[in-house]
Amino acid sequence: MSALIALIQRDLRISWRLGGGGLLGVLFFLSVVVLMPFALGPDVPLLKRIGPAVLWLGAMLASLLTLDRLFTADQDDGSLDLLLMSPVPLELSCLAKGAAHWLATGLPLIVATPLLGVLLNLEPGTSMSVALTLLAGTPALTFTGMIGAALAVTMRRGGLLLAVLVLPLSIPVLIFGVAASNAAITEQGRFGAPFSILCALTLAGFIIGPLAAAASLRQGLD
Amino acid sequence: MFLARLANPSRFMAFTARVLPWLAIVTALLLALGLYQSWTAPDDYQQGATVKIMFIHVPNAWLSMFVWMVMSASALGTLVWKHPLADVAAKAAAPIGAAFTFLALATGSLWGRPMWGTYWQWDARLTSMLILFLMYLSLIALWRAVEDPTRAARAAAVLTLVGAINIPIIKFSVDWWNTLHQGESVFRMGGPTLDRAFLIPLFTMAMAFTLLFITLHLAAMRNEILRRRIRTLQMMQADGRAL
Amino acid sequence: MSVLGPYAVFIGTSYALVVLVVAGLIAAIVLDYRRQQAELRRLEASGVTRRSGKSPEQT
Repeated sequence: MSALIALIQRDLRISWRLGGGGLLGVLFFLSVVVLMPFALGPDVPLLKRIGPAVLWLGAMLASLLTLDRLFTADQDDGSLDLLLMSPVPLELSCLAKGAAHWLATGLPLIVATPLLGVLLNLEPGTSMSVALTLLAGTPALTFTGMIGAALAVTMRRGGLLLAVLVLPLSIPVLIFGVAASNAAITEQGRFGAPFSILCALTLAGFIIGPLAAAASLRQGLD
Repeated sequence: MFLARLANPSRFMAFTARVLPWLAIVTALLLALGLYQSWTAPDDYQQGATVKIMFIHVPNAWLSMFVWMVMSASALGTLVWKHPLADVAAKAAAPIGAAFTFLALATGSLWGRPMWGTYWQWDARLTSMLILFLMYLSLIALWRAVEDPTRAARAAAVLTLVGAINIPIIKFSVDWWNTLHQGESVFRMGGPTLDRAFLIPLFTMAMAFTLLFITLHLAAMRNEILRRRIRTLQMMQADGRAL
Repeated sequence: MSVLGPYAVFIGTSYALVVLVVAGLIAAIVLDYRRQQAELRRLEASGVTRRSGKSPEQT
């Protein structure tokens, strides 16, 4: 257990350091959200209507961008091999790395969401409900993304491949995330269903993600 | 030339050690004076007391552009004259400029709500300031991404100079486009149109914030020089020898 | 504070935000300075010296 905590702390410290993914992810999120009004025109009612979707898309792309870092940095300096050989089960190590990744990149995205909501002229209630659905959904993005990251780490120039692998897996999370956010604005009653499915996806991701990622790593690095 | 004499890091450190305490004191005094003048300024006929936000919004906006110009001058120092402290100056200024830009955006947004009824509008002045903020953040990201300080400095210098095109766009955006943000009322041909009762607190706060920047900048430059010394020493230690 | 009019919250929040951010900047720079000094002292204590033989804390 303490080994897992040490792993999480190490990943967090690295991510805050040089070229770290965390704040870079938020910056990308900010950039994507700012791009939308340029592309769509400063049409305030339009922005208000598609605001939750824009925020979800931005968060998803930002999360995707930082997933590349999850295993490649460790592979470059050899610590991935050490993780494979350690007495701690690889599945638990992947779980720990996923947790650290979410803390370092997912959490800042969620914190930034209300501020970005102001840029899209969203009501505070809307921004907060989007933030809540992101809180429930970004762990799912991290853990399903981990599968793609594990597959791609064994190949050179795996970055774009990673995106192509992960996007289809993340679509359900996106659908239910946006559905829950919109439901929170329009009809209170309909919020529960998509939100519960979102939570279910995240919980499933906690299990399936590390299992599949560990299997891919073992198979790819032998 | 003054700048040339300060090029030696050790002499720079001696200079800042002497000068910083005085700068800090004068900055604090000016800020206190500015705050007092802002508090006692009269209410505006149309805006009421919210005009007081102008006294912190405008200086921050001016400084956000001024700091980018300082970084641009440092960038030229790095690329053209190869001044040894130019990249230190550039790196130290970026986070401070970003903070001022953020404050300009935030106070502007809070001022906009009572004035125009909205926290945000995608008009030319606000949008170009937001882009300036993004450019500051991306510059800071670039500085942190490259390990070697000299390589980072050259890359950052190029990015800074390219980004400098945004500054005149910001300044003239309210003239070139029909915008929600009000037009120039201070730095314009024919002199300022603001009443003296508002000009005085504005200029006091502007001076105060400028001095604040200079103080913080010198202190941050000092930290950066120390950081590089540590890096050199650590590399020497890793090599296993002391010169 | 009714002396600031109906929009006192906006005025107050703006000034508070400025105070917060400026204080944060000052704190960050001062803390960074202290951390560098401590690290330099530690390196010096472990025997590494500069080419000029002067202590790194000296200017």
